[in-house]
Amino acid sequence: MKNNSQEAIIDIKNLQISFGNQDVLKNVSLQLFNGENLVVLGKSGSGKSVLIKCIVGLLESDSGTIDVFGENVNTLNGSKLNNLRKKIGFLFQSGALYDSMTVKENLEFPLHRIRKNLSQQEIDSKILEALENVGLADALNKMPSQLSGGMRKRISLARTIVVDPLIMLYDEPTTGLDPVTSDEISTLINEVQKKYKTSSIIITHDIECARATANRIVMLQDGEIYMEGDLAAFENSKDPLIKAFF
Amino acid sequence: MKIVIPATKDIVRGNSLIVSEKAIAQTHIINHFLTDIANVCLFFVRFIKQSFTPNHEFKEFFKQCFQIGYKSLPLISVTGTIMGLVLTIQSRPVLANFGAESLLPGMVAVSLIREMGPVITGLICAGKIASSMGAELGSMKVTEQIEAMEVSSTNPMKFLVVTRVWAAVLMIPLLVLYADGLGILGSWAGANLKGDVTFSLFFAQAFSHIDFYDLIPAVIKSFFFGAVIGLVGCYKGYNAGRGTESVGIAANSAVVIASLLVLIVDVIAVQITDMIG
Repeated sequence: MKNNSQEAIIDIKNLQISFGNQDVLKNVSLQLFNGENLVVLGKSGSGKSVLIKCIVGLLESDSGTIDVFGENVNTLNGSKLNNLRKKIGFLFQSGALYDSMTVKENLEFPLHRIRKNLSQQEIDSKILEALENVGLADALNKMPSQLSGGMRKRISLARTIVVDPLIMLYDEPTTGLDPVTSDEISTLINEVQKKYKTSSIIITHDIECARATANRIVMLQDGEIYMEGDLAAFENSKDPLIKAFF
Repeated sequence: MKIVIPATKDIVRGNSLIVSEKAIAQTHIINHFLTDIANVCLFFVRFIKQSFTPNHEFKEFFKQCFQIGYKSLPLISVTGTIMGLVLTIQSRPVLANFGAESLLPGMVAVSLIREMGPVITGLICAGKIASSMGAELGSMKVTEQIEAMEVSSTNPMKFLVVTRVWAAVLMIPLLVLYADGLGILGSWAGANLKGDVTFSLFFAQAFSHIDFYDLIPAVIKSFFFGAVIGLVGCYKGYNAGRGTESVGIAANSAVVIASLLVLIVDVIAVQITDMIG
């Protein structure tokens, strides 16, 4: 979806990161354009999750630049990094719901910190809206331990969208879910893109999720970009590695 | 210089330094130990820095005070009462041999307030609170909840660590005083098992042997017990590894190290009190 004003809101150049002697990302360069869903495909351990953790500054890269809305993440710290993070929603692989809080408190937590000017009434209404969007309005007072895997993912998605982020980063959103629930999550990702006008990076190795959500696909292999293109280019590829996925 | 690994002894041969496997293993242990010490210091500096920077998490602090203080009351009640009861039952025959049975309330009160109350409560809290902090923060780390906080523009150090450590610093001295009180009550019950002494007489005798010099050092060292228990529990949980196994390791090592440090702090406190006194 590069045609949507061609504006790169995330611009990664020559990103390198290693843990000990292991090079996880080697010279990775990619862009996320305004309004698009970019799927990053790859085998487990290819550096996909590390890539998006670098984007929100959870991990520091060894070299290269990550510009998000024109600001280099590597040079930001403290309040400036927090201000940038307010524009980014991150759906963790495990959901990362706070075990000691109810669903309502889980959703209130980022709102109290990111949207400080909201009244309690506005907060309650935003929480209800986010829960309705993921189809779980009745789970308001449940604890995370009372939810199934798919419900946890959806509540986690609600917690992410409740603060109206401009960019969504999904870390393996369908991992560990059955095909029906995976399909529901993929549909939700598309709905979030349309309703909240977000741009997204979706990290996955689930090809059905990639098919359902991708405007553009980047494939990582051993920490390097192996192929970049649209869904048709990947489906028509004769490369054995690509064919193994599609 | 070329390093060749394994030979049995360290030999310098020309430009090559042949290093034994044992020496390399020892270097790794020392390296690991020094890195650990540096990480602990860094954690402590971050804790101090975050404690005195604005936007304090008061709601979470009071929640932790409730968790650490109120929820420890049943365990501390039982421990404190039994401590006084057993001390009385064990000491009574010895004092009776010397015809000093009337000193029993005073002796028990001084033992409880100066030493047994703080140390036993400290050790019990090290077991209950440090393990709970290590396990809770460790599982939060494993399930990416700490990272989720960070991306929600929340400083996890301030929200999770600062609140828990200060709650432990504040609550453990209160638990110690509570355990002391119940210990003296348990002692009175113990004294009545084989005798008949009124509540008011027992307490008057007990408190006639105690002054602020007994109480203040005990309370001061309890603050340090709280700091040690909170810091060790949080450090171990916050720095747990990635797998679920690391949660157990964090909880276990938090208890062991916190208990050991409580005893070390106690020895230092006793020495200082002795020097001042």
